[in-house]
Amino acid sequence: MRNLVAFPILFLVLLLQTTIFSRLTLLSGAADLMLVTLAALAVQEQVTSAWHWAVLGGLMVGLASGVPWFVPVIGYLVVVGLARLFQQRFWQAPILALFGVVFTGSWVVNLLTLFALQIAGRAIALDDALSLVILPSLLLNMLLAVPVRALIVDLADWLYPVEETL
Amino acid sequence: MRDFLSRSIQTTIIFLVVGGILFLAFGGYFGRASTLFSGSLLGIQEWVSVRYLAIQDFLTAPRESATLIRRNAELEAEVARLQAEVITLEQKVAETDVLSALVDFSTANPENTYMAAAVIGQDPSPFLHYVIINRGSNDGIQRGMPIVTDQGLVGRVDAVIANAARVMLITDPASAVNIRLQNSKTDAMLLGSLTGDLSLDMISQDATVEAGDVVLTSGLGGGYPPDIVVGQIVNVRKLDYELFQQATVQPVVDFTRLQIVLVITNFRAIDITPLIPETVP
Repeated sequence: MRNLVAFPILFLVLLLQTTIFSRLTLLSGAADLMLVTLAALAVQEQVTSAWHWAVLGGLMVGLASGVPWFVPVIGYLVVVGLARLFQQRFWQAPILALFGVVFTGSWVVNLLTLFALQIAGRAIALDDALSLVILPSLLLNMLLAVPVRALIVDLADWLYPVEETL
Repeated sequence: MRDFLSRSIQTTIIFLVVGGILFLAFGGYFGRASTLFSGSLLGIQEWVSVRYLAIQDFLTAPRESATLIRRNAELEAEVARLQAEVITLEQKVAETDVLSALVDFSTANPENTYMAAAVIGQDPSPFLHYVIINRGSNDGIQRGMPIVTDQGLVGRVDAVIANAARVMLITDPASAVNIRLQNSKTDAMLLGSLTGDLSLDMISQDATVEAGDVVLTSGLGGGYPPDIVVGQIVNVRKLDYELFQQATVQPVVDFTRLQIVLVITNFRAIDITPLIPETVP
């Protein structure tokens, strides 16, 4: 039942993304709130259903965006995979793990989107995409990671309380 | 009886004398002594008065403060409510201005049928220049319908769901609009970009193009109706060794502040792809 909370929360994230964060641009880049939220959730050790959240978030973004629907789904699944990997490697420094996931995940999602759009016939120059979209988006995602983590940690503790062993 | 009368007379006389002295003293008829006397009395009165007022203030002030604090809170709440009302009204005035301009525009262009829609979001991907509007297939919106404002061309509907639609702006990198230049009667192609800048390509080398020329849709290709204002040419690049001239266009629509747009509902975009001859190897 607790996984059903994903629907309203991810809908709220999408709402904030389309109404606010897409308009707060640096050059032509914008923060990806869904990516940062999923990354912050997936690095929490007790969260067991991050993969489901990623598929749901990806489908929601795919529906709202002009990007092919499977691109955000694949991208966010990769982000969760990275989060699991980083969480095991940097288990003593969760904030470092989150920064690593957001950094790597932003690259993956943006390059995947760029590749899909190139395949679809859009002539987007790689150097323009890099300097005007990908790097500014990366910076904004890193900045957004800190406040989002603070919220997501509380959410994860509420949804997936850690069982204390005596 | 005689004693009573004599005592009454005595008392009356004393009252009259004292009263007379006081009257004369306050009237200043006793000179320095009078001034000293009346001054002393008035000083005492002043002292008592000041002390009384001070005590009165002391006793009544707390009650006044409480009243003032309560009143202040009431007024602050009232100010906050009025400020919120002012913001709401300012927003309504702004919306009314936009709607009024759109009504003027639709009245001035009666050949088209319009439906107003509010811009409720933007594409989550920074690679795309799309917006989301609050009208969908339930309102008769179809893919390919052009979107305008009272200022000029915005884009066209790219995808539709029941109550919303996604609009590709003319600034999108994948957007290509056939246009004509009003002054030189030349056709060209308007292209979007990743940064949202608009550029013109395919301008004939023979055409005389200058900064300030107005750019209108040509209607060629069936994607957009003709004669919708797009923008103005800012600068022209003409190189002798190139096939075409190029130009930069300043759009008339401010795409960062899109709030309400008009969908041209009686226009059906024509897909001419089957008519384009395939290249035979």
